[in-house]
Amino acid sequence: MSTQTPLAEVRGTGSAREGARHWGEERLVSAATLALLVWLAVSLLRLPALDYVTVTHWLKAPFAAVPMLLLIVALFRHLQMGLLQVIEDYAHDEGNRLLLIALVSLAAVFAGALALFAVLKIAFGPSGG
Amino acid sequence: MHRNPSRPMAPHLTIWKWGPHMLVSILHRVTGTGLAIVGAGVFVWWLVAAASGAEAYATFVSWATWKWALIVPIGLTWAACQHILSGLRHFVMDAGAGYELQANRFWAWMTMVGAVLLTLLIWAYIYWRVTP
Repeated sequence: MSTQTPLAEVRGTGSAREGARHWGEERLVSAATLALLVWLAVSLLRLPALDYVTVTHWLKAPFAAVPMLLLIVALFRHLQMGLLQVIEDYAHDEGNRLLLIALVSLAAVFAGALALFAVLKIAFGPSGG
Repeated sequence: MHRNPSRPMAPHLTIWKWGPHMLVSILHRVTGTGLAIVGAGVFVWWLVAAASGAEAYATFVSWATWKWALIVPIGLTWAACQHILSGLRHFVMDAGAGYELQANRFWAWMTMVGAVLLTLLIWAYIYWRVTP
């Protein structure tokens, strides 16, 4: 019996045994993003106008701010997983691939955090601005 | 990737006849990537502008409604419709349905036709709303 770890495991080329969970998460997050995006599109098209006062006033309502926060979480997780899929398929050099994955993941977290902060600032800010 | 260049390569994309299913597959990736970069960028810009005050919001609106830049929101609408419809097609195929040649071809075309129709419908509604 060998005490060595199989090479495939060391190089991360074997099954990590989390494929099904990842696949399921992709579908769940996609469905959530779709539902919340349709909600956003319908809400925006139904607003009387899209000027500063109307939009900021609208985002103070719990039933606007909360779906918006959830949309941001779902959307940025979805786009991060989608971009990773593309990178994994087309970036053949391992170094480039790892660098791109890290940059895209960090950028998605940063952009998502900016969006979350903006919504919270509007929601908890003084009314009328 | 370590590839021995003296070995023969499978024909792959260079020799296969294009079908609607191939087009819709690559469109799903292209529109997804475009939405992730441009769409999410505009989305964050809009929210941050709204959180930064009336003046920042006015700057965003003047850019977003500039008629020569309208290609961006219209293009994003089409990309979102295409990505959503081909995404819904993927859900059906994930469930194991829609692999028969005729059905597969038909629904691949329908995502593309549907995306253009939905884009026209949405922008016709927007045009109707902003026209006094």
